[in-house]
Amino acid sequence: MNARDIVNVEVEVLLSAIRERYGWDFYYYKRASLKRRIATFLHENNLKHVSELIPLIMWDKEIFEHLIHSLSVPVTEMYRDPSFFNALRNEVVPILKTYPFIKVWHAGCASGEEAYSMAILLQEEGLLPRSRLYATDINDDGLKKAEQGVYQLDDIKEYQNNYHKSGGKGDLLDYFRISSNKAIINTSLKHNVRFSNHNLIRDSSFGTMNIIFCRNVYIYFEPELQDRVTQLFLDSLAPGGFICLGSKESIHIENYPHELEVFNERARIYRKLYQ
Amino acid sequence: MMELRWDIILIGTSAGGMKALEAILPQIPQDFPIPIVIVQHMGPDSDNYLASLLNEKCQVNVTEAQDGEKILSGTAYLAPGGYHLLIENDKTLSLCVGEKINYSRPSIDVLFSSASDVFGEKTLAIILTGANKDGTEGAIHIREDGGTVIAQDPATAEVPTMPQAVVDAEAADHVLPLDEIAQFIVGKVLLYDRD
Repeated sequence: MNARDIVNVEVEVLLSAIRERYGWDFYYYKRASLKRRIATFLHENNLKHVSELIPLIMWDKEIFEHLIHSLSVPVTEMYRDPSFFNALRNEVVPILKTYPFIKVWHAGCASGEEAYSMAILLQEEGLLPRSRLYATDINDDGLKKAEQGVYQLDDIKEYQNNYHKSGGKGDLLDYFRISSNKAIINTSLKHNVRFSNHNLIRDSSFGTMNIIFCRNVYIYFEPELQDRVTQLFLDSLAPGGFICLGSKESIHIENYPHELEVFNERARIYRKLYQ
Repeated sequence: MMELRWDIILIGTSAGGMKALEAILPQIPQDFPIPIVIVQHMGPDSDNYLASLLNEKCQVNVTEAQDGEKILSGTAYLAPGGYHLLIENDKTLSLCVGEKINYSRPSIDVLFSSASDVFGEKTLAIILTGANKDGTEGAIHIREDGGTVIAQDPATAEVPTMPQAVVDAEAADHVLPLDEIAQFIVGKVLLYDRD
């Protein structure tokens, strides 16, 4: 066995230690990026081998939580992939407008940028008062940040370009209160947004949604887990409801001939069929 | 039996990379026996324009890397803008949106390190023209795992910083002028060939 094989074994032992001890299941996560994150964690904590982590996380819950945080560290932005948000605004919103009440689920919301992007879009389309956004993630630190809605002003300025390309109707900065180098999302946009912890692997459906965002999450999952999550979304969608994936993700629609159709292929928007 | 010196070729490049790729890839024959995986730094809006442009000029199939796709010989995969590109143990490609590395996503270091974890000493990596030092860490990682690294001769690079950084780190096995790289890899890929 060479050093690379040994590391692979160590990673599997670590993942089963996490599963047995804390009930977190990373088994169906793709290994390449997971290994990269573990390596970064080792480096930051002056550890040499993956197996050195096992006694640490076994006996110290705090270290485990740090590790979990590093493994699921959220990276996101507002209006990521403007062409997707454009399609959302021009093709999906007109359908949502015919509903009396709109339920939105952001699965894997990280630090909230996408949920607030949607809240602003719904506000501009006059739909926010009759919408409820459920934004969930497994990373509590990200959720805390999302709830606070405080971002770096420089980041928000960078998102302005995305916002305009996505068909934004005003000035993105108008939705924030600026305080020195921070941008704080307006309270009025937070009223209809609920952030909570939800684990796509472990937890079940919690409502009937009209649209589900799960963008850049599938890329971390093995196909078996992608299928399970797709099923969870189907169980959580009203007939005619939408699933929105990241720009490099897709659902094998042929596996769901009676349940799903492609609504906009380029924008990776799928729609649950009326049965 | 045909024995191969390498199982994968990685190419990393940034500023000036398009021209450099155009100097190398069209010279790779259609039946080239191993896959090629490329990170060219680019922004998230770049679409797959670069892949289709190169595809028209090359005998190998040039395509944008798809998440979950199995890597095949006779094909060159280009990382999409806005995503890191990695290789899994089962030799499929995977994308991720982790933090930028060396201000870059895709990052060359990320591709090089993950490929080295899978292919070890059967890895060949090539660093071409570019304006930052992405790729040096990855090249060091590849050397530690017994793989081979080629740096474009900085004197022949549109922007020398990136290959120079690899040379300075003593992480290059070979330093070659741009117009000799394709010939080198095609000539050496078969182990029983004249050496």
